[in-house]
Amino acid sequence: MKLSIKGRQAMWAYIFIAAPMLFFLSIRIYPTLYAFNVSLHEWDLLSKNKPFVFLKNFERLLHDEVFMAALINTGKYILFSVPIGLALSLGIALLLNTISKGASIYRMVVFIPYVTSVVAVSWVWRWMFMKQGGVVNSIIGIFGIARQPFLDSTSQAIYVVISNIIWQALGFYTIIFLAGLKQIPQTYYEASMIDGATPWQRFRNITIPMLNPTIVYLSVIATIQTLQVFSQVFNITSGGQGIAGGPLNSTISVVLYIYQLAFINYKMGYASAATVVLFAIILIISLIQMKVLDKKYDY
Amino acid sequence: MNKYYKVFVYIFLTVVGFAMIFPFLWMLSTSLKTGTDVYSPSIIPKAVTFKNYINVIENSNFLLWFKNSIIVATITTISVLCFDTLVGYTFSKLHFRGKKLLFIMILSTLMIPTEMLIIPWYMMSTTYGWLNSYWSLLFPGLTSAFGIFMMRQFFMGVPDDILEAGRIDGLTEPGIFLRAAVPMVKPAMSALAIFTFLGNWNAFLWPVIAVDKADIYTLPVGLAMFSGESYNQWDLVMAAASLATIPVLIIFFFFQKQIIQGIHMTGLKA
Repeated sequence: MKLSIKGRQAMWAYIFIAAPMLFFLSIRIYPTLYAFNVSLHEWDLLSKNKPFVFLKNFERLLHDEVFMAALINTGKYILFSVPIGLALSLGIALLLNTISKGASIYRMVVFIPYVTSVVAVSWVWRWMFMKQGGVVNSIIGIFGIARQPFLDSTSQAIYVVISNIIWQALGFYTIIFLAGLKQIPQTYYEASMIDGATPWQRFRNITIPMLNPTIVYLSVIATIQTLQVFSQVFNITSGGQGIAGGPLNSTISVVLYIYQLAFINYKMGYASAATVVLFAIILIISLIQMKVLDKKYDY
Repeated sequence: MNKYYKVFVYIFLTVVGFAMIFPFLWMLSTSLKTGTDVYSPSIIPKAVTFKNYINVIENSNFLLWFKNSIIVATITTISVLCFDTLVGYTFSKLHFRGKKLLFIMILSTLMIPTEMLIIPWYMMSTTYGWLNSYWSLLFPGLTSAFGIFMMRQFFMGVPDDILEAGRIDGLTEPGIFLRAAVPMVKPAMSALAIFTFLGNWNAFLWPVIAVDKADIYTLPVGLAMFSGESYNQWDLVMAAASLATIPVLIIFFFFQKQIIQGIHMTGLKA
């Protein structure tokens, strides 16, 4: 049998994608459906019975104080790290854009934390913010500020983790902002100079609107990433005698709670229900992003 | 431009730059200290010692974790590179029935958070006895929807004429892909390779679940466990953190242009 050119091309196409499609079906799509299924059962890994309980797991989540604390903390992680991180990196990108000498060195330095291991820098953070012997307390001591408990304090610990998140993500945001700034046509600025616009007016009326797609893109990426924060909390707040997410669940994130439910308590059904909630939140954010990005930015 | 403004810009950027590298300097400084000097606020050690490094290497499986991480990240990167380039090419340049539907199916998996998959992956791994093996660390990352999407975008920019010329010359479809298409997207492939490698090198959530034996840990898992056990011996913990960080920094210095360009390409295409 001889295939036409078209037929032969299609045959090769199916051969090329066969293995990856199998992968997506068995490692991504099937497990997703399976997770939904598990979330409807009381699925204790250690017991033989796994009764179907329908939405009971979700109902329990609503009344679970730790889950609520995790949701609120995760909201805090997002609310503080995303706006501060984006504002700082936009400032850095704008300044980097105005200098010629040394710009690439500064850019590199800002970017370094982004490529290094989260686990390693989390432990460095932890050491720097120790109450006894931590360098941050030594530094603020120079300015006459009293020794702070930081990670031992239920009100301060979360901000220590947030500072780490911002520090590590800053370089990535800056690089994307720089790329966005490069795409703004120089003629817009030249025209506004002739019209006598002040730097603030140029920033407000040219830079910000032209950067809008970049800002939306970065906010969504940053929000979704922070929604899934785990490694930083796990490493900065655990180990030794402490339990991750402490003190007193003041730093616990949704993913850390899921981890504890599933892999310390083996409550797979209940943990899966929490992942379904997380999935729903991410889905909503993605859909909003598509709606917003669909708008045309024509100026 | 105003001279004062310029001075301000450089001062500001230098302060930011210092804040970015200070934690690394402090990590190195502590790792070279010993005894009570560890707790002194001076960044310059009283006496430089490498005994913490020797201690970490001799008393933990650090080198083994390093090897495990290299093996896992390398295999994953090669697999992603092969599959994602081929699939991205197929979806952008070949015509076949069901193309749109299959592509949407792949793209939709981008919205599934890893957290939702780890529980089924874990159950799968216990059922088939995969836990504590290289395979358990590897299998979730063998291809990536993001990579396929990215490579498809880049193949869109390759003119069809080049492929047609190959067809007229009598090249087979795999031949056209390898000889005509792949050479056109090499920069995108190197960007994808760097990100896949870095992502896997630093991965923590799945590895900390998939392995619980000290000889199969990846570097981040080993580092977390080691640091937890050596709690309060900060000179040791910082030596281990330095050992994990320095190789990445060296690679970064050599490839920083490609890495930053890669972010430009991937960040804006996505």
